[in-house]
Amino acid sequence: MNAISATSFLASKKLTLSDPDWVRYALIVATLAVIGLFLLLPLLTVLIEAFAKGWDAYSASLSHPDALAAMRLTLLVAVVTVPLTTVFGVSAAWAIARFDFRGKSLLITLIDLPFSVSPVIAGLIYVLIFGAQGWLGSWASEHDIKILFAVPGIILATLFVTFPFVARELIPLMQEIGHEEEEAALSLGASGWQTFFKITLPNVKWGLLNGVLLCNARAMGEFGAVSVVSGHIRGLTNTLPLHIEVSYNEYDFVGSFAGASILAALAVVTLVFKTVLEWKQKQEAAKQAVEVH
Amino acid sequence: MKFTTPLKLVLFSLALLSSTTALADRTLLNVSYDPTRELYQDFNNEFIKYWKEKTGEDVKVQQSHGGAGKQTRAVIDGLEADVVTLALSYDIDQIAKKARILPENWQSRLPNNSLPYTSTIVFLVRKDNPKAIKNWDDLAKAGVSVITPNPKTSGGARYNYLAAWAFGEKNYGSKEAAKDFVQKVYKNVPVLDSGARGSTTTFIQRGIGDVLITWENEAFLALKEQGTGGYEIIVPPVSIKAETPVTVVDKVAKKTGNLDLAEAYLHYLYSPVGQRLAAKHFYRPSQPEHADPEDLKRFPKLELFTVNEGFGGWAKAQKDHFDDGGYFDQIYAP
Repeated sequence: MNAISATSFLASKKLTLSDPDWVRYALIVATLAVIGLFLLLPLLTVLIEAFAKGWDAYSASLSHPDALAAMRLTLLVAVVTVPLTTVFGVSAAWAIARFDFRGKSLLITLIDLPFSVSPVIAGLIYVLIFGAQGWLGSWASEHDIKILFAVPGIILATLFVTFPFVARELIPLMQEIGHEEEEAALSLGASGWQTFFKITLPNVKWGLLNGVLLCNARAMGEFGAVSVVSGHIRGLTNTLPLHIEVSYNEYDFVGSFAGASILAALAVVTLVFKTVLEWKQKQEAAKQAVEVH
Repeated sequence: MKFTTPLKLVLFSLALLSSTTALADRTLLNVSYDPTRELYQDFNNEFIKYWKEKTGEDVKVQQSHGGAGKQTRAVIDGLEADVVTLALSYDIDQIAKKARILPENWQSRLPNNSLPYTSTIVFLVRKDNPKAIKNWDDLAKAGVSVITPNPKTSGGARYNYLAAWAFGEKNYGSKEAAKDFVQKVYKNVPVLDSGARGSTTTFIQRGIGDVLITWENEAFLALKEQGTGGYEIIVPPVSIKAETPVTVVDKVAKKTGNLDLAEAYLHYLYSPVGQRLAAKHFYRPSQPEHADPEDLKRFPKLELFTVNEGFGGWAKAQKDHFDDGGYFDQIYAP
């Protein structure tokens, strides 16, 4: 094959460096269809069902004492668990990213455990420990300590399922950042706490906030583990997700979907926050890049 | 970073929570099974009024509902029920045996074997009964899709199963024939929900199945909630008497200081008000003379047998049929 025929051959056949248009559009349409079918349509159904009997029925079912109690309990659970998982997550990430010790990989696996265990199991272990027939059950009832089928049990079960969120977010981040800046601060005479608050925390704050956000969403939405330990007492140990199930089972579809709309709104708020966080993070990174040059 | 704000929130929420629990003087917890929600919503209001008039005390009644088996388990595991109002006496026997928080002779303490109301098992079919279901043998026919919950977890499901078994034994003459018959019925079951209400949802909301085997009260409630247009109740000529007992959980009620309240609560179920409400919510009252005659007219007459008559009591029925390796395990392969 001589040189001239080779070039004409190349010219006759267009070089394709990207997929043809129809592939691109087909992929976009398919993605949109899946999102529409599995995300937007159910979300729309929630709203349609919630407002099926009008605004008055909607607000009445949300201001029912049982619904209010469920929301209050859900908030309480989140308010208690999120700070605890945050503290735990930061300490765990600090220990894993900064120190080398035996059994480190085992510890990382253990932190991931709640992700791989079904939430129902998470609930059942507390029944086995604190139930009246469980290990600590008789001790708890003798001392009049209520854990199972009460708020402490619900908080424990939620803690179990949420505690990897912050740690998982921070560990890779802190490993990536490394500890040169912290060593510099320490060698300049900063105390451990000063280094932590002035150097470490600002470095990981976006990851931390992200983890807190996800943890909060899960804490408010958890169903399985909480369902096992709750005892389903209306107005007392029903969280919002449990209240939704109860209302649905009582043919109170407006009440059930009104509750669902609150959780859906929470999801949307979480997404908006997450987007804002990522946007801010990018802006800051860009600013820093400008300052460096 | 401010750490004081979350702390304040925690304290605030804790304060809120404790304040709500301190509002009423005493709170009674009634742990019940699935289909009684509507009955007890009504009854609790009446009881609170009655108690206020009688003693001047403000009380609250809290409800917990779920599949009967699951609720029993929760009480055994420490859910502090002052009273239990469950689907069958075997479940309360289990509480007495395993948790030892009420005496084993509990059933003799209240009138009529601790049964303020009873029910039975009927069929709910789609409009105009397209599969022409009239009796238990129709459920075993090919091409009929049957909805019933899981007898391992649901009290109602155990009644459904035993009613079908008794029909088989009586009409085909032997235990073996009954086993074959029940096996054919369960071959027609596409999904076993864990509780009666779950099965109703499967049948009505998801539109699965030709016939739902269910509590009479649950069938009436479904008609009332869904409008009578789409469904019909079919009453078989013979069915099982569903004995749904109530009792005080002595140890818990003593500990919470609610013993007198719990006893009064259950006695009130036998009062004219309680009996009228039971009939209103489609339960068959033990003293029909107190109920509204219009409500009573809704209950069709049929031949009823009890678990004691048909199976020699719940303990035996449970052991033969529902324990691991029993007849149900032998006939049902998912």
